[in-house]
Amino acid sequence: MFPAFRSPATMRNIHAWLLLLPALAFIAAFTHLPAVNTFIHSFFLDGRGGAPAEFVGLEHYQYLLEDEVFRKALVNNLLFACGTIPLSIGLAMTMAFLVNAGLAGQSVLRLCYFVPTVLPMIAVANIWLFFYTPEYGLLEQIRGALGMTGVNWLGSESTALPCVIAVAVWKDAGFFMIFYLAALQQIPPSLAEAAMLEGASRLYYYRRVVIPLLMPTTLFVLVNATINAFRMVDHLFVLTQGGPNNASSLLLYYIYEVSFKFWDTGYGATLTMVLLGFLALASIGQFGFLERKVHYR
Amino acid sequence: MAGFRKACTLMAAALLSLTLLAGTALAEKVNLTFYFPVAVGGSITKIVEGMTDQFMKEHPDIKITPVYAGIYRETLTKALTALRGGEPPHIAVLLSTDMYTLIDEDAVVPYDDILKPEEMGFVKAYFPGFMRNSQTGGKTWGIPFQRSTIVMYWNKEAFKAAGLDPEKGPANWNELVEMGKKLTVRDASGKVTQWGVAIPSTGYAYWMFQALAIQNGVELMNAEGTRTDFDNPKAVEALQFLVDLAYKHEVSPKGTIDWATTPRDFFERKTAIMWTTTGNLTNVRTNAPFPFGVGMLPASARPGSPTGGGNFYIFKKATPAERKAAVTFVQWMTSAERAAQWGIDTGYVAVRPDAWETPAMKDYVATFPVAAVARDQLAHAVPELSTHDNQRVTKALDDAIQAAVTGSKKPADALKDAQKEAERILRRYGK
Repeated sequence: MFPAFRSPATMRNIHAWLLLLPALAFIAAFTHLPAVNTFIHSFFLDGRGGAPAEFVGLEHYQYLLEDEVFRKALVNNLLFACGTIPLSIGLAMTMAFLVNAGLAGQSVLRLCYFVPTVLPMIAVANIWLFFYTPEYGLLEQIRGALGMTGVNWLGSESTALPCVIAVAVWKDAGFFMIFYLAALQQIPPSLAEAAMLEGASRLYYYRRVVIPLLMPTTLFVLVNATINAFRMVDHLFVLTQGGPNNASSLLLYYIYEVSFKFWDTGYGATLTMVLLGFLALASIGQFGFLERKVHYR
Repeated sequence: MAGFRKACTLMAAALLSLTLLAGTALAEKVNLTFYFPVAVGGSITKIVEGMTDQFMKEHPDIKITPVYAGIYRETLTKALTALRGGEPPHIAVLLSTDMYTLIDEDAVVPYDDILKPEEMGFVKAYFPGFMRNSQTGGKTWGIPFQRSTIVMYWNKEAFKAAGLDPEKGPANWNELVEMGKKLTVRDASGKVTQWGVAIPSTGYAYWMFQALAIQNGVELMNAEGTRTDFDNPKAVEALQFLVDLAYKHEVSPKGTIDWATTPRDFFERKTAIMWTTTGNLTNVRTNAPFPFGVGMLPASARPGSPTGGGNFYIFKKATPAERKAAVTFVQWMTSAERAAQWGIDTGYVAVRPDAWETPAMKDYVATFPVAAVARDQLAHAVPELSTHDNQRVTKALDDAIQAAVTGSKKPADALKDAQKEAERILRRYGK
């Protein structure tokens, strides 16, 4: 009846789409549709008290350009990303090397490194809040014992963001370490033996053999670290509430404030579009460009 | 076929009577959800739950579910989020200053719409100072509950050690600086081991700053909540004073001072004087390991403090029966005896004059005279900063204060920026 349907190529296509359909439906319902909705909503000003929203065109986007808090949150977020991504990846790799080296008591060490990841962020933030407390916090007690003068870690604009970055690195590194550890154990020992026979130094072996072999893992971790850099704001609620004077505010935290504290969901949607844009750019960069440089076996 | 139809009719009849029964059962018992915040130390949650249990015992036809919802700001967020989701609480304690925001959101209903005019007389029982933040446009939107003013606490031992009279706190700004200098203790290396004074600049920075502004003779907003006066030269002077405490006189820590840990700093003798809400009184009384004094805030041009704290609001979504029950609950919670007990348990100001005449309160004040400081300060109190879109305007001011105390902006510039931002936010209400 429908000869076109009978060709094997078409049938295969139909099959493929049918198999994809459930996943596609979920992605459309929970990712694409909200994103499109957000985009549309970013052109509207909320009506107060249930009044219908008013179309304002590009007004929110214009305000975006003058909004100093937004600019600050954006710059902070970029600094946060530049701080957390390389540091947590570097630290994760080093820790993986250490716990893979066959030292005595390495399972205890592994556990120690992994514990921060298991703890909930809010609990972690409360512990760090005590570390950073001026006068009698842990950090201040140590510095005091060394005869140094007091620093108000979370209460100064210059130190608040680095403090927040340190918490994020501490939290993330253990998680990424697990991936590196798994990858390290996949590397056949024969490579190390061959390198030794050739007289390669330990450093050379790590630089030219191990690290290149870890590249697929690094890409995976990099993607996750980038997402985390824009997604992790839980600790801000406990540590600084974005302060002082927005010095530690991040994009997602600002979106929360605008949308759920000020109930300006139209402008919140506009800010969300910016965040989406950044994440899209990051993933294009990572999958489009970096992936070509990654060596898969 | 006929048998089937008969069975159907019977079933329908049975269902109908069941629904009717359920309906009457529901009408007999009213279920109310009640959101409340905790802004101070101590076991407030337990006290509130104890009160609601007592209420339910006395009113078996009303069931109250108290929900602890975080600090004030979180409680507001939670209530408004629930409102958008179609399931707001029936009653909530929210900042008196959120009144305009709640009205703009069409979230709450005035008490005048629930009660008959002749029943509205009960609002006259509360301190007029607290009602100024609770009424607008001739209607009463909130009933005062956990209300406060800012008071000054000082460590009497530290005063003695510094050679000061431990019974007398600083009465004006100059004395605050002079005493602060004597109270600031440095060790051999020059490191400060005890600061003179701590005025918190996170959490409720605008509130603390408003106290300074009032003392310097300026109120920060108009009565309609549509205009602010942040860059008034008197306000700039007040902020300059706050900054000078840390940078010029060096009697206070530099950078922001955390609201939540300030009482701890006081207990740990890291600061000799602190400013905080009177709601912390019982917390301090329980936890301070030394004798302490409580006094009104020091004066500049005049003494003064903003009022603060939360009111009972009733949400519009409630049915008439629920609204009536909610009013019963609110009136019970703020009756003279309850208000007195609540004040004794927490340190908040009992919200009505007759509460201070109850035997329990009289005994309490006799043994603990500083409990009356906050009440006496009411005579000099000014309503807390409250505008339309309050959270946003407040944030603009908070940011300015923090920029000034961290030294990143001059007080005049910071307040000018905050004023500009506030004008932008309020432009759609000014008309």
